[in-house]
Amino acid sequence: MAQDGTSGTELAAAGDHDGAQTVSPGTAVVSSDAVRDPGLPPHRLRVTDTDPKKAKSAERAVYTLFYLSLAGSIFAVAAYMAFPIVPEDLLSVRLNNMFIGIGMTLALLGIGIGAVHWGKALMADHEAIDIRHPVRGTDETRARAVEIFDEANQESGFGRRSLIRNTLIGSLIAFPLPAIVLFRGLAPEGEDPVELLSHTMWEAGTRLARDPDGTPIKASDVTIGSVFHVIPENLPGSEHLLEEKTKAIVLLMRLKPEDLVEEESRKDWSYNGIVAYSKVCTHVGCPVALYEQQTHHLLCPCHQSQFDVANHAAVIFGPAARPLPQLPIAVDDEGYLVAQSDFLEPVGPSFWERH
Amino acid sequence: MFRTSRKPRAVRKTGRRSPLASVSLIALGLLLSGGAYALVSSSTAVADTSATTTQATVEEGEKLFQANCATCHGLDLEGSDDGPSLVGVGSAAVDFQVGTGRMPLQAQAPQAPVKPVQFTEDQVNALAQYVASIAPGPSIPEDQYLDAEGDAARGAELFRVNCAMCHNVAGAGGALTEGKYAPALTGVTPTHIYEAMLTGPQNMPVFNDANLTPEDKRDIITALKFQENSTSVGGHPLGALGPVAEGLFLWIAGMGIIVALTVWITARSN
Repeated sequence: MAQDGTSGTELAAAGDHDGAQTVSPGTAVVSSDAVRDPGLPPHRLRVTDTDPKKAKSAERAVYTLFYLSLAGSIFAVAAYMAFPIVPEDLLSVRLNNMFIGIGMTLALLGIGIGAVHWGKALMADHEAIDIRHPVRGTDETRARAVEIFDEANQESGFGRRSLIRNTLIGSLIAFPLPAIVLFRGLAPEGEDPVELLSHTMWEAGTRLARDPDGTPIKASDVTIGSVFHVIPENLPGSEHLLEEKTKAIVLLMRLKPEDLVEEESRKDWSYNGIVAYSKVCTHVGCPVALYEQQTHHLLCPCHQSQFDVANHAAVIFGPAARPLPQLPIAVDDEGYLVAQSDFLEPVGPSFWERH
Repeated sequence: MFRTSRKPRAVRKTGRRSPLASVSLIALGLLLSGGAYALVSSSTAVADTSATTTQATVEEGEKLFQANCATCHGLDLEGSDDGPSLVGVGSAAVDFQVGTGRMPLQAQAPQAPVKPVQFTEDQVNALAQYVASIAPGPSIPEDQYLDAEGDAARGAELFRVNCAMCHNVAGAGGALTEGKYAPALTGVTPTHIYEAMLTGPQNMPVFNDANLTPEDKRDIITALKFQENSTSVGGHPLGALGPVAEGLFLWIAGMGIIVALTVWITARSN
């Protein structure tokens, strides 16, 4: 912490408080009635400077910490051997992690705290001032910098050979373009992503099946207040199982028919109070499945959007933009629930072509 | 066709679950029922919850019901503005609601909380048998599905699909809308877990035996009990509530320690 002697004199003028505008334009204007610099407080000696006993005990504390660190390191190694991870025994994993962790923590904290305590309590303690360099360079340096730029421009012909310059700029702008184009490759090859986002596996006659077994659901299985987590019956074993599942998951609920408020055009989309809605939130696509059977509210756990199942899954709270798409359902000859068609609108969150 | 093809066991009458309701008058009802308790406790003869229905138990249950429940649920279980009809709810619903202390309800609130059970096991059973005797409904599960010795892996998958969105993947419970919540599943008896799935208490949906078979329910109970009894490898689970609890802990404890260390490092030694 040696005094910085190189520039102290230059700035000394600023501290004179005589109002003379002798400082360089790069520094702040010093007003003549500024609050006077109170200067540094008097140096206060530490107890370790005045009392050799205290110094001795600080020394002891420091080397004890280093000893502790040493012990911690050895303990961590010993713990690794003493508490091995036994397969199938979860407690052994915990003990292994915990004791090695305690050892290593002790080792690192011992070094760290010891070193800081050493520096604070025992190393030489005296105040010193490092004066800041002025921000502005000398006129000479500035002139030389301009000269260098000029020279470089002359020698490279950057300003003169405009075609070279402009083509360089153009190619620099163009080179990230392939990366952007590559994003298109994330969509399935040869297929229109808009089309893919707009359709799911559901078709007319696809049976509604239980997630995850894929066993079909009879309308009579769905008692009032029930909720079924539904996938298309032909989903298990399909080629792109996860992609298809994320789009096709459905929540099936049965309400009392008199609780359902249905539009005239969608009256035949439900069956005896059984309704099916897409489980993909129209906000950012979390699975909406927190169903309250008495309030008929569906809650999305991610951003607290709430949908009213009794009222065509209208959004009653939260950031979701649209109601959940409804899957029109019917019952086949054997009493199983089937889809009347695919969803009539894209499921899930907005995308470029759908706002 | 729809009605006739239903399994008898799954038959549920409509109108059971009108919005959650009860009255503070139940407190009065409890006071008045003191005398009824004395009569009942001297004549209990049922050994356990799976005891067979006897006429004596049903009559005893009727007395208990009239003294403690009828204020809201009606003298003939028909319900009132303050409580839903109990026709067809079955003994499982009664055993769950009364056996976990949720009923009798203490106060009007978004949800009936668990509280100390107000009746003895025999009294709960008598009430359950009485309610079941009026109209058939889901009955108290058999012991073979409650041993928690099924397939834990399968149960965990079923739990993740059907239950975890509300009850948390670790069964720690979670918040619903407007003050309602899915309670934690730790420390709940297998009987009560089974009955909750079967009857769908309060705002919980119903998972009847056609949706989750008794074997499925047994597996789910197995998974929950396995999770409850297994050691947490990562140390303290902080309530297993996920990012909120863990984030809060880091913000307060982690950043607190960093701030304290920074203050210590930069402070002058005395």
